[in-house]
Amino acid sequence: MSITRSLKQLLMACLLTLPALVHAQASDEQAQSLLKQLADASYAEKGRIINDIAGSGDERARQWLEAFADGKLARVEEDTDVAPADTFVIVLENRGRDWTVADALTGDEIGEISRRNLDSIRINNALRGELDGILSVIDLKVDDPEQRLAAARGLRGSVDDAMVENLSELMAEEENNSVKAALEEAIAIYRVEELGDVDAVETLSGSLNSQARAALNAASRSDDAALAKAAKEAMVSIEQKLKMNRAAETLYFGLSLGSVLVLAAIGLAITFGVMGVINMAHGELIMLGAYTTWGMQQLLPGQPGLALILSIPAGFLVAALAGIAIERSVIQFLKGRPLETLLATFGISLILQQLVRTVISPLNRTVITPEWMSGSFMVNEGLFLTLNRLYIIGFSLVVFAGLMLIMRKTRLGLEVRAVTQNRAMARSMGIKATRVDIMTFALGSGVAGLAGVALSQITNVGPNLGQNYIIDSFMVVVFGGVGNLWGTLVAGLSLGTINQLLEPWAGAVLAKILVLVFIILFIQKRPRGLFPQKGRAAEG
Amino acid sequence: MTIKKHLKTGFSALALSLTISTAATAADEGPIKVGILHSLSGTMAISESTLKDTMLMLIEKQNAEGGVMGRQLEPVVVDPASNWPLFAEKARELLAKEKVDVIFGNWTSVSRKSVLPVVEELNGLLFYPVQYEGEESSENVFYTGAAPNQQAIPAVDYLMNEVGVKRWVLAGTDYVYPRTTNKILETYLKDHGVAQEDIMINYTPFGHSNWQSIVSDIKKFGSAGKKTAVVSTINGDANVPFYRELANQGIDAADIPVVAFSVGEQELSGIDTGPLVGHLAAWNYFMSVDADANYDFIDQWIEYTGKEDAVTNDPMEAHYIGFNMYIEAVKKAGTTDVDAVKDAIIGVSVPNLTGGYATMMPNHHITKPVLIGEIQDNGQFSVVWQTPSTVAGDAWSDFLPGSKDLISDWRKPLFCGNYNVVEKTCGGKAEVAAQ
Repeated sequence: MSITRSLKQLLMACLLTLPALVHAQASDEQAQSLLKQLADASYAEKGRIINDIAGSGDERARQWLEAFADGKLARVEEDTDVAPADTFVIVLENRGRDWTVADALTGDEIGEISRRNLDSIRINNALRGELDGILSVIDLKVDDPEQRLAAARGLRGSVDDAMVENLSELMAEEENNSVKAALEEAIAIYRVEELGDVDAVETLSGSLNSQARAALNAASRSDDAALAKAAKEAMVSIEQKLKMNRAAETLYFGLSLGSVLVLAAIGLAITFGVMGVINMAHGELIMLGAYTTWGMQQLLPGQPGLALILSIPAGFLVAALAGIAIERSVIQFLKGRPLETLLATFGISLILQQLVRTVISPLNRTVITPEWMSGSFMVNEGLFLTLNRLYIIGFSLVVFAGLMLIMRKTRLGLEVRAVTQNRAMARSMGIKATRVDIMTFALGSGVAGLAGVALSQITNVGPNLGQNYIIDSFMVVVFGGVGNLWGTLVAGLSLGTINQLLEPWAGAVLAKILVLVFIILFIQKRPRGLFPQKGRAAEG
Repeated sequence: MTIKKHLKTGFSALALSLTISTAATAADEGPIKVGILHSLSGTMAISESTLKDTMLMLIEKQNAEGGVMGRQLEPVVVDPASNWPLFAEKARELLAKEKVDVIFGNWTSVSRKSVLPVVEELNGLLFYPVQYEGEESSENVFYTGAAPNQQAIPAVDYLMNEVGVKRWVLAGTDYVYPRTTNKILETYLKDHGVAQEDIMINYTPFGHSNWQSIVSDIKKFGSAGKKTAVVSTINGDANVPFYRELANQGIDAADIPVVAFSVGEQELSGIDTGPLVGHLAAWNYFMSVDADANYDFIDQWIEYTGKEDAVTNDPMEAHYIGFNMYIEAVKKAGTTDVDAVKDAIIGVSVPNLTGGYATMMPNHHITKPVLIGEIQDNGQFSVVWQTPSTVAGDAWSDFLPGSKDLISDWRKPLFCGNYNVVEKTCGGKAEVAAQ
């Protein structure tokens, strides 16, 4: 164990014995000297100085350490208007050429300094890790149980001799059960690792935490037969749980990829299936939806969540209007000529892409993921479901249900189905077929816009976005059976799952090829897809 | 030696120099034409149009200072539109029709490979500014980006020695640069005692966006109790969803750091870098480098583009170095004649932007410092480590069986791009020995 590591442990132990944070104030000279040492030190020495700062008892220490961890603690190199050389500052805003800073000693904002004159105090991953440990020991005493829990979890794998007694006391006093359990686990890992304690193995036996597994792994190779046996038994039960988790995870990945495919394809299923239009510009309608999300976020800066929610109707409208324009300007003149429509809409897709490149930019745009959509939902310690995908699964199901309702329960749906089955008959019954065409195409395009809003959360928003999804969309529609919404849902979800089952085994490139080969073989067997459309129009 | 013989030698030398000077005057009239061969449309426009602007800025500045030897520089810009065969056509157009004196251009290796035979056939000069997989040396090409030993190898050394990494994920986009680099790295790691089961190799298609299962695999691979790192040669767009997935699945740089070779300031400007703090990149230049030359360059760039938030990156520095080397070589040769410049440029040394100097080596690669930077929340990199001195680029890798005996030296008498030091033969064409 390196010297810095042991020093860190010692400090952590000291911090633990403090009744609460002692608010002693070091003199400004002392503080200045500590910061100066930190700035001049090599990475190896910085570890020791962090400890000095944390141990100085200065109430500003935490602020300095946090700024340091963020790379925002800096020294002024030359005299400037707002601060003399060697002033230590905390950078508040570090974009552009002039950075807004606050004096590290007084905490007052003092103005802007050119980045030329600022010398940031360098930090690396190792130091950041140490800082996390130190801050988490401090955090064990805060009032917020969530923060305590995070701190206790962070301690797993870094407990040592000096700390264990104090930690045990803390654990005994702890009222929150989750925090208590996390502390117990942290101590148990220490006991298994350092003391070879067989009883502690019991505590870890159900744990899915990776530190716990590493400790058990090492213990199962121990010379102590009893310990090795207990550890092995514990590992077996953990492996069992992990296997279940992995299956659940693969299923989740499959469904989430599948729901993305469904979203991308379902608008196409409407226009392709119902109107017989092979719309190669479908991908670009998706792209428009994604750009709408970006535009909304530009209109509502600082409120990415609200902007995203408002983008749902806005994306639908923008894409639907674009769809109507395409239908009126091109497609209506090519009715019943699928190959010409294909070529014409391919042309439109190129025009739309280049339009975006020229008007907005060839560069990708940054779409911010709101706080509540980032990170993961923890099912247990070995299974995390990423939130953005979880929302997209839900969203695609809602869109699917909405479309089902429109097709089954509304007048529009009835007319669409009538026109699909027998155009001439429907017209003679008084249905305005042209109006139905416009509405259908607008609906399909609008749904593409919705897909774009969702995709902006997982992929790049740029001119090429649509191209990447058009092939996948056709794949799903053809596999599902042209024009059948249920077919699209089942096809999308199953292709997504097949892909994710294959990927760990075959790699991303081969998995994609295999899925395509599978579809080709399937179409050979059942040319009309999973759910062939019935009726006169389909037969003809 | 007799007097007569002396006289004779003197006379022929005089005659020779006369011929040269006449030839030189023929080539040395009018402006110096600088060909710029970068995609201004298509998928590579994102990266390459910035380099076109960099060149225009450098030329403008040089002209404002009076040009070279009293001659102005004239840019000739063409657009190969991210279309690899079109690169060859446009290079031919620049050399044969426009009669440019030098070309700055290309980004992808495949485009360079398509241009290579043209510049060799028409005896042009090409300055290539991007880090690449090595295994190439041409008498007509000057490689001012990094070779693998100036980027990948030092980065792996850093992770091995300073971070203590024992398990390696080599993740890349499925094309020539990642595959060659990973082949070199795999051999290098095994030479350093890393077992096969501690290396995981993964390739994904261009623009890959569904990273869920791969990121989860990386997480699983990293939970074996040994320090794990990801060496990423993932290219372009695909990085955004990759990093986003890393953040969502909670892979922290403190647990499994990712070191990237093709993610720079420009790529990061499209990502929310908050959750990525601490992930690494290895380059020869970062915008955040604390050097006066760099601050001057950044200010010049901001002024040129008119954008306060404009970023600079490594290939821009490579063009800056290449351009200044060319100017120096022309001054040294006293002419823009291709063969004279080719000879003169070897040994030319110009300032880089990190406060040091870059020298052109006889193998047409240059010396560079290697910097490892960690991503900060403002989309910049903070340098955490750098090589104690500059590293000379290797045309041929020491870690591939086909090329470890090869050296490249474009000085006479050797004048060979792939001289085999064991067999003592020159392989001829630049690429013969590849693979």
